[in-house]
Amino acid sequence: MEIAMENKEEGKDTNNSEISITRRSVLGAGAVIAGAGVLGSKLIDPIAKTAHAAGSDNPIKIGFQAHRTGIGTVYGKWYERTTNAAAKYINKIGGIAGRPVEIITEDDGTDPKRGADVVEKMATQHKVDFVYGTLFSHVVMGSAPRAGELKIPYFVVSEGYHVASGKLNRYVFQPCITDVRSQITAVSNWIFGNLGKNVTIIYPDYAFGYDHRDYASAAAEKSGGKIVAKIPIPMTEKSFTRYFAKIPKNTDVIYHVMVGPGVLTFVREMGEFFGSNHPQLFGFIDSLEGVNISSPGLGFLDGSYFWEAMPRYADGYDTGGARFYRNAVGVNASGASKSDAKDVSTYSHMFGCWETLFAIKEAVEKSGYRSKKDYGDLIETFEGINFFNEGIAHPQGPKIFSGKTHQCFGQQFISKVQNGKLNVVHKTTIADGIYEPETDYTKQSL
Amino acid sequence: MRKKSLFYSLMLHGGILIILFLLQFILPAYHHSSVSKIMILASYAIGYNFLLGYTGLMSLGHAMFFSAGMYSMGLGIYYLDLSPMNGLIFSFLFSILVSMIFGSFALRTSGVSFLIVTLMFGQTFYLSILYFSEFTFGHDGFSLGKYLEPLFIFGKEYLFSDPGIRYNFALLLLLIYVLITTFIMLSPLGRILIAIRENESRTQLLGYNVFYYKFFALVVSGTFSGVAGAMHGLLFSYIGTTFAEIHHSISPLLWTLLGGVGTLMGPLLGTGIMYYLIDFISEITKNYLLIVGLVLILMIIWFPMGIMGTVRKKWFKWLP
Repeated sequence: MEIAMENKEEGKDTNNSEISITRRSVLGAGAVIAGAGVLGSKLIDPIAKTAHAAGSDNPIKIGFQAHRTGIGTVYGKWYERTTNAAAKYINKIGGIAGRPVEIITEDDGTDPKRGADVVEKMATQHKVDFVYGTLFSHVVMGSAPRAGELKIPYFVVSEGYHVASGKLNRYVFQPCITDVRSQITAVSNWIFGNLGKNVTIIYPDYAFGYDHRDYASAAAEKSGGKIVAKIPIPMTEKSFTRYFAKIPKNTDVIYHVMVGPGVLTFVREMGEFFGSNHPQLFGFIDSLEGVNISSPGLGFLDGSYFWEAMPRYADGYDTGGARFYRNAVGVNASGASKSDAKDVSTYSHMFGCWETLFAIKEAVEKSGYRSKKDYGDLIETFEGINFFNEGIAHPQGPKIFSGKTHQCFGQQFISKVQNGKLNVVHKTTIADGIYEPETDYTKQSL
Repeated sequence: MRKKSLFYSLMLHGGILIILFLLQFILPAYHHSSVSKIMILASYAIGYNFLLGYTGLMSLGHAMFFSAGMYSMGLGIYYLDLSPMNGLIFSFLFSILVSMIFGSFALRTSGVSFLIVTLMFGQTFYLSILYFSEFTFGHDGFSLGKYLEPLFIFGKEYLFSDPGIRYNFALLLLLIYVLITTFIMLSPLGRILIAIRENESRTQLLGYNVFYYKFFALVVSGTFSGVAGAMHGLLFSYIGTTFAEIHHSISPLLWTLLGGVGTLMGPLLGTGIMYYLIDFISEITKNYLLIVGLVLILMIIWFPMGIMGTVRKKWFKWLP
């Protein structure tokens, strides 16, 4: 657009020598003073905080990189609640190595650019001991290099394969949520053995979807199954019917992993397209995290199957640790907030926050970590951990941890939608999801 | 009069750049890094302002240039084993090429049509990065750090992530952009660009080939933006689609409008204010975007020509 600069003088007399106080000038001066105050306090703040840190209470500071805004908001809200609940409980039982835990939260806008800034701010301004809590894989990819440069341990709860792939650095860990590759590997035998051999994959046309496309294809080869079609759908898509027309007629199972705001439309249109005569459906609960499974329009999913990392409904996995965790975070037996039944949790992911804080606690206490100069010992201690036992600290279940890949492996669940509820029908073993490591971070220098 | 303007301009901008140079010795670590980033982003905004502020062409597709420079540098290093400096040169040439191709199509339109065409080009480029994800690493992007050779200065080895290197490279880029822009704007060529902005028909009537001048402005603007993108990738080690998204095209527009359209230091000021506004307010409240929006509205009401534009209008008419 072409613009013309305004050159005309305003018709006001600007040469008035009298000092007049106008409403605008008062507001302007107020804004300047307030701005200067905020700026000054922020610049001086680090000095004050450093002085405080040298005091006797000396908490362990953990910087929580939260998705408070942007596309990760629903997950971010529950990650934050879980983190605060875990920190509250850890402090109640004596903190970490006798020191209280302080969670410092900053919004990354679910944006890799801002994510890297947040890591920087946590490390250099808030002077946290560790940074933690990132979910979305592109934010992890954007933030992890900065964590490596700053040499600050960075614990993610992302389930992406990026940590184990070796793309990141020795300072990045994913200790308490199984990655997508392992999840797919774990459930594929059950899918091809119970639902059918010919599978069509419908996936979002970005990295998360590609992991499913690639690793489900590899798993199909091993399990005697066959991927008969791979149908990518752009994230921005609003209408899906034309994609359903591409599904081959010999398809036994539709494997779908759609995420984002179009999911409900996706399911509704799939129902309209197939009616009652449809292939078996298998999906990843990522599609419906934060969504009530009995919502209007989701009736078509009745009888279909979903992967869950941790069963949303309490009766699906009723252990002591799981009960304690559910209660501490404030989730009811149906997976929604105790204070608002419409506020459905992201139950298959958020346990990772709880467990990661306990994993940090374990590593700090084992390594004798006191301050940043002990990062080397802490990382080597973490890499030496092989197993996390099930219990209050790890309510999702036991985990094998690989020091080479900085990635854990845990059990997975398959649930069936029945009468608007998810009922667990199968639990995998940890061994079902294990794959050979493709990297060894321990060989990188600290 | 022009000599006087040049003198004042050199004093002001030289003073600002000297202050920026000296700041690196006193800033705390976080603000040191933030100012480095602000200078890179301000360089991008200066490129944007070259087209909007001095030539009067508003674009909603500048993220294409920024990301074209960033990706060409990053992928060049990753796939072609280019050295960082050769990567920068490669991105410079690629940015010129992209700008020329884009300009030869987009400048056939004007007004709102030009705006829409820039938007469409920007989105096409963004979606292309996603479409060729096996080559570009798609939505997740990739980290460049481990593929970067270290830098040798006077026989001493430095990493691009070194805070001093980062700060001074960003400052150097800003300095180069300020010098080039000042030089062009105080030359007859700059006067013609401003004439096009003020009245394109009259400029054409005077015998100037308006298309070529606009094409020149667009190529300079696109190349500035591209090299700023490459520098961002080099210094901050991450290449991703977030830099190609629409909001990264809107950002330099906001920074420029806030700081002052058609002023040399407006983009730097606007970028700095916006960066710290978001940074500070997001600590205080979750609803920081609402407050940032309100602050922007108030700023536009108080400074309709941007901060530096208002300063120029009211006090310093010589500001370039």
